Amino acid sequence: MLAKLAKKCFPRSLWVYHCNSGACNGCDIEILNILTPYYDVERFGIRLVGSPRHADVMLLSGAVTRPTLPLVKKAWAAMPAPKLVFGIGSCATGGGCWFDTYNVTGGGAAAVPVNYYIPGCPPRPEAIVYGVALALGLVDKKAAPVELKQVEFPIDMYERNKAWEERNVIYEVLNS
Amino acid sequence: MWLTSKIKQLLMAAKPGVVTLKYPFEPRPVPENFRGAPHWDHTKCVGCAGCAEHCPARTIMVRDLCQEIRVLLYDGSRCTYCGRCADVCPEKAITMTGRFEQATDDPNDVTETLELFMLTCQRCGRCYDMETRNAIDKLGLTGYRYDSLEARTVLRRATDTFRPAELGKTERYERPASTGE
Repeated sequence: MLAKLAKKCFPRSLWVYHCNSGACNGCDIEILNILTPYYDVERFGIRLVGSPRHADVMLLSGAVTRPTLPLVKKAWAAMPAPKLVFGIGSCATGGGCWFDTYNVTGGGAAAVPVNYYIPGCPPRPEAIVYGVALALGLVDKKAAPVELKQVEFPIDMYERNKAWEERNVIYEVLNS
Repeated sequence: MWLTSKIKQLLMAAKPGVVTLKYPFEPRPVPENFRGAPHWDHTKCVGCAGCAEHCPARTIMVRDLCQEIRVLLYDGSRCTYCGRCADVCPEKAITMTGRFEQATDDPNDVTETLELFMLTCQRCGRCYDMETRNAIDKLGLTGYRYDSLEARTVLRRATDTFRPAELGKTERYERPASTGE
């Protein structure tokens, strides 16, 4: 649904604003990498702009540290609506290794509403291109929660309750 | 003069040809030894929780529902794909797959849940590992006791064996990855 909404809200080009909130520059280099001719994201009309006032999309990299928290909020507020936020890298997605450190707010979601998460440390340039294409509705989502079980348990509590209920049925039949 | 320089430029640009990858429309294989999202093989896992102990980002959480069921929850949102869990796994149950297309709009999509069967001794009711610890350490160990009365009712009393037919039924008990929205 979000992809459809994004397609409706952003029918033309996405202008992205790159916001570093205390990243180690790993994700930033990968973001610069997708702007090179090799992974040319201008195919999708994506341009890097220097000011959040011109931008539609904020590429947020780094776990939002305490000094950058008000700045990230300010930059987000300066963007004209409708706006999207991409959390790039494990830090922006969930806080990375520093998710509970004293100086880190624990991911981009703590500061601004993040619409798309791209985990990876750093994510491959292809992963970022895939995330952008996912937002544009060009590809299908592949990530899904996985549940694995070793054995199905015969829960005897359930069986006992069932037996108890069946025992009471006899009394109901007798009383009626 | 300017025309010759332009022609020169065109020739220089034509020499390497088109280098742009058609990535989202064509699959792009990962290089060998690439570490993507880890994947647990629940048929091999013995539930020692060594991966949870060694994870630098503490993405793997262990919870004992009762004495026989241990739940491992892997939260991939803050995973750095360092591969230490795969290194320390004594049963080699964790493989670092080549999955990198993990972009999602819901951080719950990159989680993995394992429900493990902790086989216990029928006499003392404790798990078979931790043989190196002494009896006092075992008493203080969380998860090897009845943690709650509600979960205690789930326990089986009979001396059932680990039937291979039953295990085979649930061998690939995995939710299929949903496509699209």
